[in-house]
Amino acid sequence: MLVLTGLTKDFGGFRAVDHCSFDVAEGSVTGLIGPNGAGKTTLFNLIAGALWPDAGRVEFLGEDISRLPPHKRFARGMVRTFQIPHEFFRLTVLENLMVACDQQDGEHLWANWLTAARVQRREAEVRARAEDTLAFLGLSHLAQERAGNLSGGQKKLLELGRTMMTEAKLVLLDEPAAGVNRTLLREVEEKIQNLNQERGFTFLLVEHDMAFVEKLCDPVICMAEGRVLIEGDFETVRRDHQVLEAYLGERTA
Amino acid sequence: MEWLGLLNYAVFMAIFIGIYAILALGLNIQWGLTGLFNAGIAGFFAVGAYTSAILTGPAVEGRLGGFELPVAVGWIGAMVMAGLIAWPIGKITLRFRSDYLAVATIGVAEIIRLVAKSEDWLTNSARGLNNLPRPFGDLDYLFSQLAYLGLVLFCLALVYLLVEHQFRSPWGRMMRAIRDNETAAASLGKDIAFRRLQAFLFGACLMGLGGALLAHFNRSITPEGIDPMITTFLIWIMLILGGSGNNRGAILGAAVVWIIWSMTEFATDQLPTEMAIQAKYIRAFLIGLMLQLVLRFRPEGLLPEDPTRAGRKTGGGGS
Repeated sequence: MLVLTGLTKDFGGFRAVDHCSFDVAEGSVTGLIGPNGAGKTTLFNLIAGALWPDAGRVEFLGEDISRLPPHKRFARGMVRTFQIPHEFFRLTVLENLMVACDQQDGEHLWANWLTAARVQRREAEVRARAEDTLAFLGLSHLAQERAGNLSGGQKKLLELGRTMMTEAKLVLLDEPAAGVNRTLLREVEEKIQNLNQERGFTFLLVEHDMAFVEKLCDPVICMAEGRVLIEGDFETVRRDHQVLEAYLGERTA
Repeated sequence: MEWLGLLNYAVFMAIFIGIYAILALGLNIQWGLTGLFNAGIAGFFAVGAYTSAILTGPAVEGRLGGFELPVAVGWIGAMVMAGLIAWPIGKITLRFRSDYLAVATIGVAEIIRLVAKSEDWLTNSARGLNNLPRPFGDLDYLFSQLAYLGLVLFCLALVYLLVEHQFRSPWGRMMRAIRDNETAAASLGKDIAFRRLQAFLFGACLMGLGGALLAHFNRSITPEGIDPMITTFLIWIMLILGGSGNNRGAILGAAVVWIIWSMTEFATDQLPTEMAIQAKYIRAFLIGLMLQLVLRFRPEGLLPEDPTRAGRKTGGGGS
């Protein structure tokens, strides 16, 4: 579904991503792990289109999308969340979800006048769906709150909720577990599994919480210093000596 | 006859408030809704004023215009032309950070002012375009003023309904999302550059309309009449003080600021001549002071943006 070939990104003299190549298979929940500064978020930005690669390419559903802007990648079925929450802070929590829904005629300037009835009907659907999503996230009581007033963990959930409002095929999650409490985390895991199995979402997620990765992800890809170290199931990656060195430093003995 | 004088003055002031409220609503689309920093309102205002003047004014040898078209055509032409001027500016600068737009719009407004001041064939230089037709201009003074006030208020009501409807629609929600977080909006499929251009043109058209309304009210437009002190700076203060992101706030701000601005002129005129000239600067100071106080004690303006109100309208019953 997603094929990365020799993807490279430099920031000045620093090579953040260095010839990364891997595939994300349709229907998988692929985990991307690695120590801080390994280039995971930069890689995410290259895939989502926030950055363009200096070399290499990104293919999605058989098309080269390396030079497409983010909104066109969304139109092809890709949606992402951010490591640092990017909520629309002056919109209400409910509006944050509603705005994420695709195929809204009401977003065309003239449609609000020419086909007002249809826009209203769609708006009611979108609202109902947003309310369901909020109920699932346990944020219903905050529906009319400004999103900027939420806690860090709640903002993370809201971002996950936004991806659930779309018809995306591939969802990129940047540290979905960070700042979310343990009880809720179990539910997030279940929801991701559920979205994966029942709605056919494919996931690529960056995460530091290894229990979370172990439970959800197969395969797991480990990065360090901008390169892919190893790809395999969780056990294989965990036992790999390069991975241990990357996290804990090289053995000096 | 004292009350008649007062009535005349009130009507005169209300006409200005109506016109500036339309400008403030235009700016509210650009800044309040979309976060575009347009520092050249005076430019679009001037384009509207001169366009309508050229389309509807009397013919003069050696000068463009004198088409003597109906005033309504002039006003529509003013909006179209302001939009056409805004289009290339927006196209070039809106892909970048907002500072570029601010610099570009200041520059363009200044170019437009200099063109107006120096091109005989187009704008009659410093003398300006005069003898413009004014709707209901043949009536007695007070009735003519009242009729024009009615026309301005009618335009303002139309503009308010139009803008308010757009604010509350999914389009408005998307624009506020783009304003709050451009990166996230792009990742959710919103075409940032195109949407900003839409908002920029929309706002510029309204500024052009405001210019045309003022030109026909005064029956003339001169380079003096497009002073950025009033048509850019004061409009900004109206919006910030009234409450950016809130259309009623924009209108309230226009009224409050213009009343203070006019009343202080009234007051300083009572002073002896030599002091009155200096006292002019006190007026700018008072407006600045008021802005400081509002920003200190009500940073979101007199009527702040209220997202829940927009939400209630579209689907009934928030919690």
